[in-house]
Amino acid sequence: MSGASADLVAALAALRAEAEALIGAATERDVLQRLRTDYLGRKAGRVTAILRDLTSLDIEARKAVGQAANEAKAAIEALLETADAALAARAHASSADLTMPARQAFRGALHPVTLVVDEICDIFRDLGFTRVTGPEAETEQYNFTKLNFPPGHPALDLHDTMYLGPGTLLRTHTSPVQVRTLEAYPPPIRVTIPGLCYRRDAWDASHAPVFSQIEGLVVDEGVSFVDLKAAIGYFARRFFAPGVKVRFRPSFFPFTEPSAEVDVECQICHGAGCPVCKGTGWSEIMGAGMVDPAVFEACGVDAERFTGYAFGMGPGRIAMQRYGLSDIRMLYDADVRLHAQFVEAR
Amino acid sequence: MIASLRWLSDLLGTRLEAAAVRDRLAMLGCPVDAMQSLHGGLERVVVGLVLEAVKHPNADRLSLCKVNAGGAVLGVVCGAPNVTAGKRYPFAAVGVTLPNGITLERRKIRGEYSEGMLCSAKELGLGEDGEGILELDTEAAPGTPFLDVLPVADTRFEIDVTPNRPDLLCHAGLARELGAVLGRPVRLPAIPGASEAPPPRATRTAGPRGETAGVPVTIEDAEGCPRYAAAVLRGVTVGPSPAWLTDRLAAIGARSINNVVDATNYVLYELNQPLHAFDLAKLAGPAVVVRRARAGESLVTLDGERRALTPAMTVIADAATAQAVAGVMGGASSEVSAATTDLLLECAWFEPRRLRATRRALGMSTEASYRYERGIDPEALPANLERAVALLLAVAGGRLDGTPVDVCPAPIAPRTVTLRDDRLAHLLGVAVPRADAERALTALGCVVLPREGRLTVQVPSWRPDLVREVDLIEEVARIVGYDRFPEEMRPYRPSVVPDDPSEQVAGRTRGVLTGLGLHEAMTVPLGPRHDERAVGVQNPLSQEEAYLRGALLPGLVRRVEHNWRLSERDVRLFEIGRTFAPGEGALPVEEIHVAGVVTGGRRPRHWSEPAPPDVDVFDAKALLEAAVRVACRGATLAAEGERLVARLPHGTVVGWAGTLEADRPAWAAPLVGFEVLLRADAAAAPAVRPRPRSPSVDRDVALVLPEASVAAEVEAVLRASAGPLLEDLWVFDEYRGAPLAAGQRSVAWRLVFRAPERTLREAEVDAAFQRAVTEVETRCGVRRREA
Ligand SMILES: [Zn+2]
Repeated sequence: MSGASADLVAALAALRAEAEALIGAATERDVLQRLRTDYLGRKAGRVTAILRDLTSLDIEARKAVGQAANEAKAAIEALLETADAALAARAHASSADLTMPARQAFRGALHPVTLVVDEICDIFRDLGFTRVTGPEAETEQYNFTKLNFPPGHPALDLHDTMYLGPGTLLRTHTSPVQVRTLEAYPPPIRVTIPGLCYRRDAWDASHAPVFSQIEGLVVDEGVSFVDLKAAIGYFARRFFAPGVKVRFRPSFFPFTEPSAEVDVECQICHGAGCPVCKGTGWSEIMGAGMVDPAVFEACGVDAERFTGYAFGMGPGRIAMQRYGLSDIRMLYDADVRLHAQFVEAR
Repeated sequence: MIASLRWLSDLLGTRLEAAAVRDRLAMLGCPVDAMQSLHGGLERVVVGLVLEAVKHPNADRLSLCKVNAGGAVLGVVCGAPNVTAGKRYPFAAVGVTLPNGITLERRKIRGEYSEGMLCSAKELGLGEDGEGILELDTEAAPGTPFLDVLPVADTRFEIDVTPNRPDLLCHAGLARELGAVLGRPVRLPAIPGASEAPPPRATRTAGPRGETAGVPVTIEDAEGCPRYAAAVLRGVTVGPSPAWLTDRLAAIGARSINNVVDATNYVLYELNQPLHAFDLAKLAGPAVVVRRARAGESLVTLDGERRALTPAMTVIADAATAQAVAGVMGGASSEVSAATTDLLLECAWFEPRRLRATRRALGMSTEASYRYERGIDPEALPANLERAVALLLAVAGGRLDGTPVDVCPAPIAPRTVTLRDDRLAHLLGVAVPRADAERALTALGCVVLPREGRLTVQVPSWRPDLVREVDLIEEVARIVGYDRFPEEMRPYRPSVVPDDPSEQVAGRTRGVLTGLGLHEAMTVPLGPRHDERAVGVQNPLSQEEAYLRGALLPGLVRRVEHNWRLSERDVRLFEIGRTFAPGEGALPVEEIHVAGVVTGGRRPRHWSEPAPPDVDVFDAKALLEAAVRVACRGATLAAEGERLVARLPHGTVVGWAGTLEADRPAWAAPLVGFEVLLRADAAAAPAVRPRPRSPSVDRDVALVLPEASVAAEVEAVLRASAGPLLEDLWVFDEYRGAPLAAGQRSVAWRLVFRAPERTLREAEVDAAFQRAVTEVETRCGVRRREA
């Protein structure tokens, strides 16, 4: 290699090192553009100039310097590309306003009644209950007679019934499923029974001709009123609040005896009395009682050997209380502005 | 049942406190729905003694009085003509607010200061008499609270009496319940003005015929009327009732009619005994016959309506015609009027079921029928009649003619029920001391005989609900108090009843559809008639809700329209519910369906892009596919016209998806939806296969499809002919337009080839790909589109 060519190769190495340093230090994309012109520019680029002068060299030197020059050119080119991309990315990143809204997907919500039903069933599942359902169109036999509503009994007045035909009707409560379960399975039985029921009630803020109900039924040997109180107390303290006070009051249902209404301490005034609880300090949550022996007899279950309890409540009413819905019709409207608020509910 | 606190207090001979009564009744099973304080606002009115009354110097009709109201002597200006020195009147001092809302101020009347007011009955809300001030017949010291000397303040309860307890539909019954827990007996309050000696008790007949004061009383329909007592009163004067009686009725919201009607109502509300007074002069015979109505017979009842009667109904007739529908309503022709002087007073017991059927057939309900159909006390008739006669004589004068008659063809045997000690403990879960059980039952009027291991209990005649052992167990628990039983969690056996698989599938389906951004709706399963086969309700509330739904989508579409009216554009709803179709038997066939509707953008709007495109039928298809996977396993989809149809392997149609008709505003997006049967078979665990690690090779092909050709068929041929190396294929593009002819389109598939255990050779992929393309070109009439 000649001295001239060796000098040029050394110069190229120096140029390359210099460019590398300057590119590394550049913080603006137009600085990089200027460096590109300085080193690789077609007219006045310093690497370009060396390549242009190759013609003055002999073939050996031309080859050696040319290779070095091309390598230097490619290396600087690559450095410029990388640095430019990095600066471009940084420029873009720093311009993103992360307070702008995120990209969303549609999110659906369960119905508030479903939320309540599922929670009730889940709590009772922890007490060994399974979940069953039954038909909404029923016979008088299953809806009334086998549940110890004798024909012509005034208790029928409390169930304003929609009839489908002679002896067939839309069930007025989920209790016929108690009968169906008792007829289908020998005890031990522990079930929750959610479902829709129908009464001939005109629409208003607190009445609908269709409403959801959930019942429970437990039948085995030796099931007592103490077991009923324990199960309902457990449920109330999990569903409403730990330590909530629960009260059992005598009541009447044809298919249970003894029968009870169950109250929990008013969750608004905590027992002090307020307009919501009509000053009593209690709010009614369910009806309950020991299964009436007449029901067992109607279902072919030995009423001496087996005893049991049943309870029933209205998830719609509970949902209204829990979520502060003033009108039962809101449950049926499917107003998406209301339902969107239940997306995170559990 | 509406009850008066004062009335209950009088029956128990003690002053009861309203809130305590409310709470006691609630814990006895008679919750108080409403409690209203009557004559409130009189607490600060006191007895004022007028020391001196002189004419006002500047006004003829006013008096200047000096009043002792318990403190310093006050100067009062009074406009009443009856103000008299030395007498006592209700006095309201300055600052007191009267029931009419007026607060008294110290003011000058014609130049003289008045430090308060002597009040009239009207000003105190005690009646209409505003003529003069209310003169008090009392020696109470001035300043004594007015309510203490004239006990008018009362509290009205609205009590929710359950249908099994007819005995609680009266004050004596409620007092008996309270007395059982308070340890106080019930005594009927004395009737003001009644004679010391009670009227004679009715004479009981052995057969169906009797007589009182010459009037024969016959029961021909002993089934509808097992017992009928009657008394004849002569020379009564129909007129206004005394104040104590109108006050008592007013306290429970009952209007005073006249002394005869008021007296019968008083007995009704005190003793649960419906009574009926006939004008004896208007009864043909005179005679009373209790019989079935005759075919074609009719009666104009007290409300002026002509009622058609049937032989299924019991009537009270005179010698000629029906005069009352037994236990429901009397007839107009024998109604007591101002001119009435002689009464026949009926005190009967009618059979509850017959009575209920009658009043339902007549479409009416009265205070009497309400009680009869629940069952009144059959043994109380003679005593109740005695009370009624005494009351009538006291308030309407006249005299009892002869001895009342009690026609009772078949004696009513007292009912005895056995209560086993061990059964009581078994059902209630803890042993109840026998003494407690005995005490509870005795307090309720039972006669209890202790035996070995059991109690023999004779139940009172006013408790038709106490028939079985369990009825007594409830009574013991109730009187002992439900709160005395512990909440003790004891061991239990798990349920043998399996979970309903449809509930499990429904739960998973809810998860899938909410995950796809649909809100769960609950629509009403009732609507207008949707087709010929709709299942109808026989007694609907309205024609708009007279039929059961056969599908969920129509209800959901109505809900979308509701949201459109609220200017919501993105509406995504689903529902899981039952549908109804006519069945083979008496009951309709029910199916559980899942349906969904979507309208609006395919995703929420975002600032980084223009408005997203609107949903179309392929969004509905995606939802249907998702629903089928989770809720209707085994169903396959096929395009049929404008719809996608889901079928089970044997061909039954179980669902569909497509564009839906709706009342759509111009700004709204298309509405698409799906509905499919929810099948209750539990989902099998997915068959998971390990995925091969060998590399795959892709080949793309664009095929020009003629107008009639559908992608699914072309794809099926590609899949079938590409051989075992084909792992998967899918459509990635569709193109219409030049240079393709109108109606033609180009659909592009990507085919992915892979051999599980080795690396593929290009040549074998090319061969398989070419085979598939050739096959599809031959069989489907498509041609490969050159790039
Ligand atoms: Zn409260």
